This record gives sequence, structure tokens and C-alpha cells, in this order.
Amino acid sequence: MREPPITADAAAAGVEATRLHNAKLGMIHFAVYLAFYLGFVFINAFRPGWMETIVLAGLNLAIVYGFGLIVAALLLALLYGRLCRTVPVARDPVFGVDEAGAAGADDTTSGDREVDRS
Amino acid sequence: MIYDPSWSAVIVFLLFVIGTIGLSARLGRSTKSTEGYFAAHGQIPWAVNGIAFAGDYLSAASFLGICGMIASYGYDGFLYSIGYLAGWVVALFVIAEPMKALGRFTFADALDAKFNSPGIKAAAGVSTLAVSMFYLIPQMVGAGVLIRPLLGFPHWVGVVMVGIVVITIVVTAGMVSTTWVQFLKGSLLVLFSGVLVVAVLRRGLEVDRESFPAIGPLSADVLAAESSGGSIAGRPVIPPDGGWEDHPRYVRLARPDGVGFDLYRADPIREQAAGEDGASEDGDDGDGDGVDEEDAGDMVMLRQGQSMTELANDEWLVDGAPFGQGEGERQLRPVGQITRLPGDRDSTGSLGPIAYLTTLSESEVALWGSEKVELADGTATVYFQKPTPGSQVLRPGEHPVFAGIRGDDPTARINFLSLMLALFCGTASLPHILIRYYTVKDGAAARKSTIVGIASIGFFYVLTLYLGLGAMTSGSMDVTNNNMAAPLLARAFSPWLFAIISAIAFTTVLGTVSGLILASSGAVAHDLLGGVLGLQLSGTSQVRVAKLAAVAVGGVAIMLGIVFEELNVSYLVGWAFSVAASANLPALVMLLFWPRTTKQGIIASVIVGMVSSLGWILLSADTFAKVYGLDPDAAPVPFSQPGIVTIPLSFVTLVIVSMLTKPSNATAERSR
Repeated sequence: MREPPITADAAAAGVEATRLHNAKLGMIHFAVYLAFYLGFVFINAFRPGWMETIVLAGLNLAIVYGFGLIVAALLLALLYGRLCRTVPVARDPVFGVDEAGAAGADDTTSGDREVDRS
Repeated sequence: MIYDPSWSAVIVFLLFVIGTIGLSARLGRSTKSTEGYFAAHGQIPWAVNGIAFAGDYLSAASFLGICGMIASYGYDGFLYSIGYLAGWVVALFVIAEPMKALGRFTFADALDAKFNSPGIKAAAGVSTLAVSMFYLIPQMVGAGVLIRPLLGFPHWVGVVMVGIVVITIVVTAGMVSTTWVQFLKGSLLVLFSGVLVVAVLRRGLEVDRESFPAIGPLSADVLAAESSGGSIAGRPVIPPDGGWEDHPRYVRLARPDGVGFDLYRADPIREQAAGEDGASEDGDDGDGDGVDEEDAGDMVMLRQGQSMTELANDEWLVDGAPFGQGEGERQLRPVGQITRLPGDRDSTGSLGPIAYLTTLSESEVALWGSEKVELADGTATVYFQKPTPGSQVLRPGEHPVFAGIRGDDPTARINFLSLMLALFCGTASLPHILIRYYTVKDGAAARKSTIVGIASIGFFYVLTLYLGLGAMTSGSMDVTNNNMAAPLLARAFSPWLFAIISAIAFTTVLGTVSGLILASSGAVAHDLLGGVLGLQLSGTSQVRVAKLAAVAVGGVAIMLGIVFEELNVSYLVGWAFSVAASANLPALVMLLFWPRTTKQGIIASVIVGMVSSLGWILLSADTFAKVYGLDPDAAPVPFSQPGIVTIPLSFVTLVIVSMLTKPSNATAERSR
């Protein structure tokens, strides 16, 4: 069922709320990955011997953690893409051009809203 | 090592070049506006943009440099792969969507979105130029390095050739052609790297004790007695003379063909006290190799090495014979051997990706070291084998840059932390990467293209470990220069694979340099001339100026690529990351997340970050040794990587200056 058109103010509020949601989501994902990355860097810097420990399928921690960081980046990126909301169609505040001319047209994320700018 | 020119490589490369220039000319007809030139009208599909991210980002440093470093030192090169990829997390989670929302053509647009300040445009424009130049030089030098062995042309021909092709690509259709060239390059790079890795795994691992044989074990007393003119293993020993007598560790055996000599190095035999596999769980014996060992009496092993001597008349000798390929001449032989496999097998046959690593970790590999030896007729560089347990190859701390993490010097650990911080923060601050966010239509497309970029770049970096280790054990490495490790690995399989990988290496340079020149021309035409000097240009005129700027920047890049030929410039990419992370990231992040940021704060942050990181680098031990040729101990800064100091300094500067320049309530009220 088609949602009723929303006003310009409501659209602006929607844009802001969506951006805040995405920014917050981004910071959470960033914090999770940062902790994982810092663990790797600090072990290398202060306990390099640990990296030689065989931990999985005959592979040492250096290989498993290194591959883990690459895989984790991809998994977190996919999760972030899945959870993000799309910014509704809005006028760009700086340049006055359409910022998201076809928002939602090819987007698969949840939370999209159709906005009637008329 | 002498490379025979590969005409198949020339043909494949020319096809690439003709194809990309043809594509650019075709796309150029529809690219007349500023939106088209700088941002491809924001109409690049997100999936294409994602692969173009990979094409933009995976420079010669990634492909040739990391593979070469892994091939020579093992796991340490993979640390760069991890750091470079981790930086994309910052780009996706923190930067991608706001960057698209704030900016239009250049990095300065985003920083200046709220303030419209010429000062911000000037600082960000200069920072873009500085970072891009540091990034450009190694790419251009890399082009010359590639073309010399492949086509037999001098270095400058390669630099000029790449420069002209790239300028043509950028000038014809700006971001549109640049994007498609990068898309093509990114796709081919990942695809054929995958093909090469499959070939490596199918070949498996194979012992080679013949290329560089070992003699022994011998008693040190016997060696001393025979060294002065006796015989070893039935071969006459050449009495040490001409300066070799000062280096008793080296023994020269006469060759049956009488052309030069075979050089051997005597290594004391060490017994491994921690078991046969050499793995030590609780540290090592202090020799830095991580293996708990003890001397096994006075027994030695002679292992064959190679030497290259530069004579006073600028001629070269290889193991005592003139350098060359003709009769009576010799050249350095390719290296990279496995000397022992688990279970003393001779070969493994095809291996899976995990079995490849576990088998290698239980094997022994001949890595190579080098040292300078002063002789009567010149200076010899002696290349010698370093038999290394595979478990040691697959751990961090073997490369000189990272060796400090296994030592007692705390500054070496700080240096490592600083490098990993710069890699993490640098990606999301590189102007030529950031402008790619303007080529898609909206924030969602920016986000999705970054995810595609992370997938393709991450996959490629996994491949780099196998490419490097494959080259390490391929018997095809150039002992004097590891930058050609990946193409030479391909040559070990097929001349056509070599041709394609070499051509892709060229295209790697083309793709990255195109992005850098475009970012630089935008900084000149849009930020500095338009934003700072206030030249009001129409769309077409601005494009014309940007194209002129691209030609000028390309010309400068060509000159720098020729001037820096002899300099080891691969570390300049590291400089670019440090400067970008210090100058750009703090301002961008604070603009997005701290509402009290002022324009003065941003300007100060960019300038302080740029000047402090550059100053630190110029005063570092690395630069003293590699650039100035001075004693590195005389360097005034305690470690070489600036990021851990200059990134926080830039943040603090922004906060302090913003607080000092915050508008009064009345001013803020009036401006509403």
C-alpha cells in the first residue's frame, strides 16, 4: 500500500533522523572493528610470540587473526549495509541539487520512505 | 638478473593501452561539463564504482611492493595488506555517506561545505597536492622499473610513456574515463591474481637442492686447512686473494668451465634444542631468529651464494666473470627455493589454501640476505642463503621495518604502532579515493560501492599472501630486487601469464595515476584557482583549466619519476598515508561529529597535521639514511613513523583553535 505524502518539514526531519541512525550504526560497527584491529596490533607490538601459536587447523594466530580481520571487515560491511536506512529524497543544503534523486529505487535496505516533494 | 624482452608482454600491454585510450576518446564526447569531468555526472553504477575503488586504490605499491615484501620476508608484507584494508572500515562506517552528502567535486568541497572559506579551500587544496605527489612519485618510478626489464627500454621511456597515456585518459574524459580504466584494471587485477594463486596451489611445494647446493657438514678445522688452496668436495679451492682473504667466511671453488668461480658461505651448524621442527614456544636464544638453538661444536655448512662486483671502471663482474649473457659471461641466477619439506618428501603435489600454509610452516625455505664486501678491485655485493623454518616465515618481525617488535627497544614498538595507525587512518583521507564518492548518485550508492570495494580489495589482499609465498618458493625471484616478484612468479608458469600479469602491472600504474592526476587537477582548478583566487569560470572554462592543470601535474609527475629513478621510493606511499591521515582525517571527522568546529579550527588542523607529519618524516632516521645518505642515528626524531604523534596533534589543534575562535552568542544569533 502506498504511504501518504509527507510534508517538506517531515521530509527534512526524516533525512536528519536517517542520517543520525546511519551515523550511529556506523560508529557502533567502527568501534567493534577498531577493538578487533587494536587487539591484533597490540599483540604484534607487545606479545609477538603469541602470533606463532597454532590456533586453528594447523595455522598460527598471525594467519588466523590476519585473515579474520579481512573477513570481519567484509562481514561488518555487509551487516552495516543491511541495517542502514536510505536517506529520503532531499535538496542538498549546500549546493541545492538533488542529492538522492532516485532514493530507494535500487535499495534493498529496510526503513525506506517514499517522499512526495510537492 | 637479465630479463629478456617479452614481445607477448608488449602486445598485451599495447592492446590494453589502445583499448583504454579508445574508451576514453569515446567517453570524452559526452563529458564537457564540470559535473561530467570531475564527478562523471554522479551516474556511475555503484557496483562499477566499487570495483573502480579497487582499481584506484590497489597501486603498484600494493601489487608489486607487498608481493615482493612477502616473497622476501614472509608474513610482514601481509601486515601492510591488513592495515590497508582496515582503513576501508573507517571509510565505510565514518566517511562514505557524509562525504557524498557534503561535497561535490573535491575533498576541499566537503571540508568547506559549512563555511565557504577560501582559507579552508587553500589548506585542503595544498594538502591534496602534497599527498597526491607523494603517491604519484612511486607509481611513476614503478612504471620505469617495470618497463626496463620487460621491453628493454631505459627507465625514462617507461615514465614518459605512462605519463602520456595517463594524461590522455584524464584529459579526454576526466572522471568518466578514469573510472572505467580503474574498473577495467581492478577487475583484471583481482581476476588474474586469482588465476595465479590457483596455479600456485595446483603446483604445490617442491624441494630444490640443486640450484644452490650445500656442501657439508664440514669441520671448521678442515675448512681452514683446505681454504688456502686445497680441495673441498673434490673441487679445487681458489686461494683467497684480492680482498677475499679478509672475509674468511667465503670460499671460492673453481668451476669446471673456468668461467669465474662458485661462491660459498660457511655457516656454523646449529642444533635445535627445542625439537626437530624448530618451533620454540617460549622465545629464542637471543639471535633474533626465534629458534632456541645451540652451537653444534665447530661444524659448518657451505651454502652457495652469488656475488656481483662493481669495478672501478664501472664494469660489473658476477662471481668473477664479466656480467652478461654471452660466452664467458655470467649473470645472477633466480632464487627462491624450498630446501626441506615435512617428511623429507620431494614435492607435495596440489595443495588446498590451508594445507599450503600448514605445509609451508613445517618446511624450510632459503631466504636471501646480502652484504657489501670491499675487495681490491671494487665493491662486491654478496647474496647469501638464509635457511629459514617455514614457521618463522609465517610470523611477524622478519623485515627490518618490523624486526623491532621482537627487540627490547620501546621506540621500535611505538614506530610499529604509529605505522599501523597511519595505515588505518590514511585510506579514508586520501583525496583521490574520497573524490570517487562524488561519482555515484546518492549516499546509499556510496555505501554500497564501498562494500563492493572492501570485498574486492579484501579478496585481493588475501591473494597477496599466496602470491608472495608462491614467489618465495618459485625459484624465479630476482635476488637484487623483489618488486618484480609477482610477474616473475607468473613467468614460472607460462609466458602468456607473465605477459598478462606484466601488462596488468602497467595498467595498475595507469589506473592509480589517473585518479591521482584527476584529484590534483581538481585541487588546482576548482579549489585553488576558483575557491582561493576567486576566478569565476564557466563550466566549460573550468574544465579547460582543469585539463591544463592535469597536463601540468602529469608533466611534473613525469619529471619526478625520472629524477627519483635511483631512489628507493616505495616508502613514499607510507609518507602519503601519514600526511593524509594527519592533515585530512582529523578535520573531516571533527567537522562531521563535533558541532563546535570552526573554520579556523579546520584550517589550523590541516596545516598543523600536514606540516608536522612532513617535518617529522624529513627529520626521521629512515629519511636520513635513504634520502640524505646521512647517519640515521643523527636523526632528531625518535622514530620514523609520525602518525602516532601528528594525528592526535592535529585533533588537539582543531579543538583548541575552535574553542578560541568560537563565535560569540551575539554573532551566532546574527548569523542565524
